[in-house]
Amino acid sequence: MNAFLQLFIFLPLVGFFASLLVKRQNEARIAQIAIITFVGHALAFYLFWLYWAAVGFPKLELKSFALFQGQGYEFYLDFFFDRVTAAYVFVGSFLTFMVAVYSRYYMHRESGYKRFFSTILFFYAGYNIVVFSGNLETMFIGWEMLGITSFLLIAFYRDRYLPVKNAVKVFSIYRIGDVGLLLAIWMNHNLFHQNVTFQMLHDNAYVQEHLQSGTALGIFISLMILVAAAGKSAQLPFSSWLPRAMEGPTPSSAIFYGSLSVHMGVFLLLRTFPFWEDQVSVRLIIAALGITTCLVATIIARSQAAIKAQIAYASIAQIGLIFVEVAAGWHTLALVHFAGNAFLRTYQLLVSPSVVSYLIREQFYNFVPRSQHLGQSWPKKLESTLYMLSLKEFNLDSWMYRCLWNPIKMLGHKLDFLSFWRVLIPSIPVYAAGLYVAYHKGSVPAAVAHLLALVFAFVALLFVLRSFAERRRTRMAWLMTLMTHFWIALAVSLNAEFSFNETYLYLSGVAIAGLIGFWCLKRMRRLEGNIDLDQFHGQVQDHPQTAFVFLLCCLGVTGFPISPTFIGEDLMFAHIGGDQVLLAFLVSLSFIVVGLSIIRIYARVFLGPRVQAASRCS
Amino acid sequence: MTAPAVTAPRSGVFDELAVLHDLKHYLPAQAPLKDFVHHNSLHAFQQRPFYEALRTASGILGYSTSLTLEEFRRRYAQGEINPDILMRLIREQAGDQVEHWTELVLQAQLDPFPPARIGQLRALWKKDRQLDLDSRVHPGLFRILCSYLDQGIAIWNFPHAELGFLNALRALEQNSLTSLFRGERARQWLQQEDLSIPRLLAELVADERLYARYLFDQQFAHPGWSGIVAVIEQQPDTLIDQRRISLHDLILFELLLELDALDEHFPHGWLPLSAPEALYEDLLAEVPETPLHQVLALWQEAFEWSFYDPVLTALQHQNPEQNALTEKSFQGLFCIDDRIGSFRQHLEQLDAQCETFGTPGFFGVEFYFQPEHSKSFTKVCPGPITPKYLIKEQGSLNKLQSEPHLHKQSHQLLGGLLITQTLGFWSAVKLGFNLFKPSLTPATASSFRHMDHLAQLTIENRAQGDREQGLQIGFTLNEMTLRAEGLLKSIGLIRDFAPLVYIVGHGASSLNNPYYAAYDCGACCGRPGSVNARVISYILNHPEVRKQLAEKGIEIPDSTRFIGALHDTTRDEVVFYDETGLSQAQQAQHARTAAIFQEALDLNAKERARRFELTNSLQPPKQVHDAVKRRSVSLFEPRPELNHATNALCIVGRRALTRKVFLDRRAFLNSYDYRIDPNGDLLTNILRPAAPVTGGINLEYFFSRVDNQKLGAGSKLPHNVMGLIGVANGNDGDLRTGLPSQMIEIHNPIRMMIIVEHFPEVIEAAIQRHEPTHEWFRNSWINLVSIHPETHALFRLHQGHFVPYEPLTTQIDKASNLERLFETRTEDLPVYTLN
Repeated sequence: MNAFLQLFIFLPLVGFFASLLVKRQNEARIAQIAIITFVGHALAFYLFWLYWAAVGFPKLELKSFALFQGQGYEFYLDFFFDRVTAAYVFVGSFLTFMVAVYSRYYMHRESGYKRFFSTILFFYAGYNIVVFSGNLETMFIGWEMLGITSFLLIAFYRDRYLPVKNAVKVFSIYRIGDVGLLLAIWMNHNLFHQNVTFQMLHDNAYVQEHLQSGTALGIFISLMILVAAAGKSAQLPFSSWLPRAMEGPTPSSAIFYGSLSVHMGVFLLLRTFPFWEDQVSVRLIIAALGITTCLVATIIARSQAAIKAQIAYASIAQIGLIFVEVAAGWHTLALVHFAGNAFLRTYQLLVSPSVVSYLIREQFYNFVPRSQHLGQSWPKKLESTLYMLSLKEFNLDSWMYRCLWNPIKMLGHKLDFLSFWRVLIPSIPVYAAGLYVAYHKGSVPAAVAHLLALVFAFVALLFVLRSFAERRRTRMAWLMTLMTHFWIALAVSLNAEFSFNETYLYLSGVAIAGLIGFWCLKRMRRLEGNIDLDQFHGQVQDHPQTAFVFLLCCLGVTGFPISPTFIGEDLMFAHIGGDQVLLAFLVSLSFIVVGLSIIRIYARVFLGPRVQAASRCS
Repeated sequence: MTAPAVTAPRSGVFDELAVLHDLKHYLPAQAPLKDFVHHNSLHAFQQRPFYEALRTASGILGYSTSLTLEEFRRRYAQGEINPDILMRLIREQAGDQVEHWTELVLQAQLDPFPPARIGQLRALWKKDRQLDLDSRVHPGLFRILCSYLDQGIAIWNFPHAELGFLNALRALEQNSLTSLFRGERARQWLQQEDLSIPRLLAELVADERLYARYLFDQQFAHPGWSGIVAVIEQQPDTLIDQRRISLHDLILFELLLELDALDEHFPHGWLPLSAPEALYEDLLAEVPETPLHQVLALWQEAFEWSFYDPVLTALQHQNPEQNALTEKSFQGLFCIDDRIGSFRQHLEQLDAQCETFGTPGFFGVEFYFQPEHSKSFTKVCPGPITPKYLIKEQGSLNKLQSEPHLHKQSHQLLGGLLITQTLGFWSAVKLGFNLFKPSLTPATASSFRHMDHLAQLTIENRAQGDREQGLQIGFTLNEMTLRAEGLLKSIGLIRDFAPLVYIVGHGASSLNNPYYAAYDCGACCGRPGSVNARVISYILNHPEVRKQLAEKGIEIPDSTRFIGALHDTTRDEVVFYDETGLSQAQQAQHARTAAIFQEALDLNAKERARRFELTNSLQPPKQVHDAVKRRSVSLFEPRPELNHATNALCIVGRRALTRKVFLDRRAFLNSYDYRIDPNGDLLTNILRPAAPVTGGINLEYFFSRVDNQKLGAGSKLPHNVMGLIGVANGNDGDLRTGLPSQMIEIHNPIRMMIIVEHFPEVIEAAIQRHEPTHEWFRNSWINLVSIHPETHALFRLHQGHFVPYEPLTTQIDKASNLERLFETRTEDLPVYTLN
């Protein structure tokens, strides 16, 4: 029966591809495909579940095929099934089905009808990959799919400024979580010296044996997992993205940010629990984060006068509690809490427009001027301070700007003096020299090679920072992000003994996607003239095909699991030693910024309001 | 809002009061959602002729004010615009340059409009200083405004809200350990009592001559929030939980936020904004006319007259004298609303002896209504009227039902913990039910909940001192008679009363619809007309009133009985009120009529369903009706009904003129008999409310359709309810004004044409008696046509005077099988005559 596990990933993918084939205008067929997929998936799952129950709820594992096999490293897909997966599939299949039925009518005549359903189907495939995944590598594939579908649905109204801006914002926070996960995978390699599965984590003795040799490593891995989980589940300090994600049509907000997507962090914690179960400090940290988030989010929810923001913060507070429950080991309670919260918030978001007529009517009958604020007993000072903090969301949003994006931007602007040619010309001999050293490992001492690796990784970071801060030359920004990958590859090649096949695998995806993407930008430049990065151009309205191809290229370049670069990125990390924290830091920071820079280029060129349209004709 | 703008040239010195006055005039005037009333979106330009206003509004404020040239040409190619009518208009306009103009209209590539003036000055912050001031200031500003004005979404109230906006902010700042501002300067300045707008502008803008323009740019960067602040400043009682705020305070605070953002972004100091010479031009200066303007105006005329022309031919060929009824089975008074016309026609088709009338749905009785147990009362008559009467509901058995999912407990920590684990699972069940078996829930806005149909109403004033909160409870005898007489005379019903006369108000039901108030009766201030129907029926049944009426020549026979009713236009359901006092004979008649009503409602639902793509209108009327009822309580239905979409006509005359004409639910119908109003006095009284009400509805649809982003609300699917007063996109967006795309997508932007059955000279005199009414017609915001009652000749009002009009349409098709049309056609139907 283990082989059946793949079916549940396969089904939504089939639905997704089928939906792509339907004409945009054929609403009935599009909705039909989605609903049949969800119903089929649910039915198949119920049958599977019955059988699973009959054989006594065993934990199932399926080692699927290997995507890559190298010396001492194997990247394989792995699937796993237990009651946590079962609960997530139950809730997920029910809510997705409901939202599909709801949207069949609700989205009627909306120009993005097909886009909406295709994205939901793709999201559901990603959701299943995550909940059925048997190792972190497999989960990471689904994780990335959730990220990109989130981006696409927040920016559903892509011809408006705010949805696009907020989509980019949410994507950047997801990106931090992604790299957290990537670093956790990296450290796991160093800790276990193999691609470890969740099944193995359940072997307590095995985990303990390895943890004893690397306590610090264990804590580090757990914290990286926590970063990924907190990002996805909008816990502190990332919480402020959740209300801002509510830019899409209400049902998509409901399913993503009300219910499924936002509970994925909880899932990650439940899944990795056996790993950090015996690390008391980690459990305390998770519980503390949950409690703090819970308190802060509750306070923020109290002053929100926009209905969706209030629901968002109320939901964040409950998820904080769920974090505590997971840390405490009360997993049944956590699962019940998750299901209840998901159902409740989905429903509340779906009925949120009713709040006007309902509350106004209630007020008409029951209105008493609200004189009390926080309660009479609170000191004035505290009352005002709390209210102000609540109103400003504890500065969480501006904090993200100030501590994360602005420094990156500022660093980038410091590099403004580096014009394209000024960078390229010295790069070529340096890169050639680096290549020489890489191919002739013995030519320099190991210590020097390690130092060189650091230098090149630093150069990689400079390239991508420069690209991120570029305002005008779009194609240059694009090329510089591509080159970042090349520098990273060089750095890692210098660093360790490994076959160049892996580097080629890594760079082949970047190169192909990069070239096609460059061609797209060139074409846009030729057709539309100005495509600078200082404003949104909204070209998707006039050039939907180019936009789609370019989006695929962006995904390819950022290491999304459609190109070999995805495995390549993982491989790069596999060859960074556990003691090379600085190198790992530089590489992971570069990966974050690459993602930001690429998505920024896509958003600026293809999304947002169509600038010229305003002045073009009446 | 009604006063014309001060556009007199100023001496270059900043006049704060004048600029604030101008701003309030030009900002959107949309009230909070509960008081949503349709109005002309370009009300600020109403003192200008229509096309000049379109040009000015688009040139200054950047609105698209008509369909695009491409769209007109496409419609022409598809046959939606009559070539003969277009050519006739071109000939009228072009004189001897017909060929040149034909080329311009049909083919020429015309220069686009230059960019609008608004926003250009403040855009310099981004252009010259690389600072996106809006993205720094707006989210925080909107959040504070929304929290201050919030009517009950937030759990915590804004502290010290009663002090007024600025003082509440000052108090909050003083008492708090943290600040709304990032820097010290803005924080300290807020506390200065003598802080003024010019003082702040002096920091931000280099030249005093640019101040006015800067403020316009600033406020029109978020017209939704500024507009609602201006509305609340002028009518504070539009909020149940009242707030003191003014546009002045908003601007002051926003300027402080801007100052703060600049201080933060340029820590080493910054210079005020200076601008190139071109931006010193007066923002409100005249917008020059270009060929594109003229061509678009021609297209608009051709588009409109392609629709009007056959309608006029059809009406011209009716013979009201011949169509008059001899024997009457029952009579019905309905609202003039365009949604009601089809229902009346179905009644008449089912019972050839019945007679129907149209009149504004408050039925001439103006008052406030207070439901039992409620804390406040609500106005149920046209917006401009301020009633002196209060009518209270007594003995209601209605209990306010509650919906726990919409309550706030679940947003608190422990409440949320309990609720997620209990109600959370219940919501899954509820969601399932609502998707597969929708039914009425407490969350639904239902017209039948407006009043308990079994409760008593305090219609009659008992004693002189019987007053509450400055209002007289009920009407005195004389006041009742006056209103009864006014109503009957205005519709020409002064003799030949049928045994049963129904007075049918209307309302609507919807779920998940923040615009619910726009769906109810416009003549009752966005409330259902049930109370009014009951009140006027009571008055007309009153023996003393009838006695007084008889003295004035209106004799209502004792055998005649008036019955109030409410028609829900979304669900197509009718309830009757006070049926208990009927005699046996009347009861039998009433039962027969009720059955006819039922059948007509089924047919009406079927007619409406032809526009609903997802409803199968091929089924028999009853089944289609059930489907229509289901959509009114479906959570996932953004179009519970299509409301006033496609409205384009208002016909003031005898029903016999329109009884046999199929107008596809596009006409407001006001009954009126020219024979009892030779001087047009009653006509003035009819047009006084009809022009702003029908014109307001029509133009709001018009402008929401041609610019759904700026003048409309965009798609309603991502809307987020803000403080119960408005909707925004997402959490950081501006409030949206106008109508969402789902309401206007099938609407064609055609101006209202009022057709009056009377002599042209009488009509001309009638409209001149009331200047605001005259303005609507003189400036062509509404087209006006006279049908000569004797010769049936047509005259249209052109630049303030009637000129003869010869329709080009000669042949009007007869509709042989309407039901078949409803099953097969979804687009606008042409005008037909009926058997």
